[in-house]
Amino acid sequence: MYFCEKYPVVEKRELADGIYSVVVNAPNAAKAAAAGQFANIGVPGFTLRRPISICGIDKERGTLRFVFEVRGKGTAELAKISEGDELDILAPLGNGFSIPETGRIIAVGGGIGVPPMLEISVETCERCTAIIGFRDKSRIILAEDFERNGSEVHLCTDDGSAGQKGLVTFPLADELEKGDVAAVMACGPAVMLKSVAKMCEVYNVPCQVSLEQRMGCGVGACVVCSCLTVRNGKEMYSRVCKDGPVFNAEEVKFDG
Amino acid sequence: MADLSVKIAGVEFSNPVIAASGTFGNGECYTDLYPISKLGGISCKGMTIEPKQGNPPPRIAETYSGILNSVGLQNIGVRGFIDYYLPTLKQDGNVIIANVSGATIEDYVRAAELLDQSDVDMIELNISCPNVKAGGATWGISCDGAASVTREVRKATKKPLIVKLTPNVTDITEIAKAVESEGADAISMINTLLGMRIDIRTRRPILRNNMGGLSGPAVFPVAVRMVRQCYKAVSLPIIGMGGISTWEDAVEIMLAGASAVQMGTAIFTDPYSPLKVIDGLAGYMDKNGIKSLSEIVGQCQEW
Ligand SMILES: Cc1cc2nc3c(=O)[nH]c(=O)nc-3n(C[C@H](O)[C@H](O)[C@H](O)COP(=O)(O)OP(=O)(O)OC[C@H]3O[C@@H](n4cnc5c(N)ncnc54)[C@H](O)[C@@H]3O)c2cc1C
Ligand SMILES: Cc1cc2nc3c(=O)[nH]c(=O)nc-3n(C[C@H](O)[C@H](O)[C@H](O)COP(=O)(O)O)c2cc1C
Ligand code: FES
Repeated sequence: MYFCEKYPVVEKRELADGIYSVVVNAPNAAKAAAAGQFANIGVPGFTLRRPISICGIDKERGTLRFVFEVRGKGTAELAKISEGDELDILAPLGNGFSIPETGRIIAVGGGIGVPPMLEISVETCERCTAIIGFRDKSRIILAEDFERNGSEVHLCTDDGSAGQKGLVTFPLADELEKGDVAAVMACGPAVMLKSVAKMCEVYNVPCQVSLEQRMGCGVGACVVCSCLTVRNGKEMYSRVCKDGPVFNAEEVKFDG
Repeated sequence: MADLSVKIAGVEFSNPVIAASGTFGNGECYTDLYPISKLGGISCKGMTIEPKQGNPPPRIAETYSGILNSVGLQNIGVRGFIDYYLPTLKQDGNVIIANVSGATIEDYVRAAELLDQSDVDMIELNISCPNVKAGGATWGISCDGAASVTREVRKATKKPLIVKLTPNVTDITEIAKAVESEGADAISMINTLLGMRIDIRTRRPILRNNMGGLSGPAVFPVAVRMVRQCYKAVSLPIIGMGGISTWEDAVEIMLAGASAVQMGTAIFTDPYSPLKVIDGLAGYMDKNGIKSLSEIVGQCQEW
C-alpha cells in the first residue's frame, strides 16, 4: 500500500556540505513502510519526481526520514525546503530488504548509499555490523546513528582522512572471514555492489543489493527503470521501482 | 454533476479522460490510489504479438517541461495480456483499449485477430513508436505504410479501430486521410516527438538508445496544432493527447477538435492529475451551461 500526499516537514538539518536530512510527518506512509523502500518525491517545476530512499521509519511518531545529496537541479530545488513546508511524496514504494530473523547482518553502504542501510541497523541493533565508506572526512554521514542502535561500525574513507583508508570491501572481507553471517545487504555505486556481490558469492553468503535507475512513474507502470536480471535461468529486464530496488545479488547482471 | 460522457466510434465513455498507452501499465499499478473505474478508459501498455524485451537502460531523461523515453515496447505479448491482465481490467475498468505494435503487417494482423476474439473494447494501432527499429513509426511516416497496415488490420477485426499517429512527419493530415480511407474508426494523436539529450560531462547521450520520444507539457502546443489540422482534414473522431496536464489543457485540445483525451506523462508528475482533469471539466461544464462535451469539440474560432 502506498500513498501520494503532501506531508509537512517537521525537521530539516544539513548533515554535511550539500547533504540534507529531512523528516516528514506522514503517519499512513510510515505505518506501511519497510527498510529499503523508497519515496518518489515531487519537486515543484520538474516533470519527474526524484527517487529517494527511506532512511528512517518511526511508526509511533508517524514520521519518515530522508537523507539526500544535492546532485543536480532537482535535488538543489528540494534542498530549499524548510520546516513547516510540505513535501509531495509518493511512498512507500518498491521491495525493501528481507531481514533474516536471526544471525549476524552486515550492512554495507557507500556514500549516498548509506542512508537506506540505517533502518536495517534500527531493526537488528547489535546483530548488525555496518561498513560505511565515504570519499573523505567531510562527506561522513550517519555514523553515530548506526552506533546509537548498538551496531558495530567500520568507517572507511577513500583518502584515509577518517577511519580505515580504502574500500568497504577490505573490512567486509575480514567480517566474512569471521563466518556466521546470515546476510549481507548493500547500497552504493555499481562498482562497489559488484565487488560486494562477488565476495559474498565466494563466501557463500546471501547478498541483497539496492539498485538505482532513472525512473518515471516509480510504481511499476512505465517500465523505464529497467535493470538486467536473471530469473529462472532467463535474462530479462526487471523494474527497479517495483521488482526492486532491492534484489538478490545473484539475480543481477551488473554489466547489463 | 455534469454529464461528462462522450461517444467515440460507437463506444460510450463515462468521461473523456483516458490513460495513455505506456504510462499506466495495464491498470494494475495505481489501484492503491484510486479505482481505475474513475477513468473513462485505459489504453494499455503497447503490445506485440510476441513478448518483447525492450531497449537497454537508461530509458528516460528529463527535459524542460517534459521527458524523453526509449522503452522500446517491452511487453509480455498479446496472449500474455489477454490471459493475465484483461480479465481484471474488464472487471474493474471502463473502456479497455488494446494498443498494438508490430514489425511487419503480419504481426499487426495476427495481434488483431487474437484481440478480435477477446474482451477488449477497442484496438489502437500504434504505427508511431519512435523507439523500435523495425515497425512502429516506419509504418506511420508514409501514407502507403499507414494505409496498408490499416487496410489489413481492418480485415482482421470488427472491433472499433483507432489508429495512433506520429507527429514525426511533414504533413500529418496526409496520414490521417490515408487511414480514414482504409477504414479506421478514429485517430489518436500525438505519439512522442523524436528527441535527444547529451550529458555534457561524459559526452554520451543520456538514453542508452541515443534517441527517444519527447512527451509532456513541452509538446502540448504541437499536439493542439496537429489535432486542429486533422480535425479540419478528416471527419473521424480524434482522441487528443500530448502534454495534457490540466483541465484547461483538455478543454483547449477539445476546442481544437478532440472528442476525448489521453494523459500520460502528467500521471508521473501527479498520479491524481487525470481525476483533477475530470473534476475540472465537470466544473467548467456547470459554470458555462454546457450539457454535452460534444458542444465544444472543434469549436475554436480561428482568425
Ligand atoms: C531507488 C533509489 C533510491 C535513491 N535514494 C537516494 C537517497 O536516499 N539519497 C540520495 O541523495 N539519492 C538517492 N537516489 C539518487 C537520486 O534519485 C538522484 O540523485 C536524484 O534523482 C538526482 O536528481 P537531480 O535533479 O538533482 O539530478 P539531475 O541529474 O538534474 O536529474 C535529471 C534526471 O535524472 C534522474 N537521476 C539522476 N541521477 C539519478 C540517480 N542516481 N538515480 C536515479 N535517477 C537519477 C533524476 O531523478 C532526474 O529525473 C536514489 C535513487 C534511486 C533510484
Ligand atoms: C514511458 C512511455 C511509454 C510509452 N509507450 C507507448 C506505447 O507503448 N504505445 C503507444 O502508442 N504510445 C506510447 N507512449 C506515448 C504516449 O501514449 C503518448 O502518446 C505520449 O506520451 C504523449 O502524451 P503525454 O504527453 O500525455 O505523455 C509512451 C509514452 C511514454 C512516456
Ligand atoms: S519507474 Fe515506471 S516502472 Fe519503474
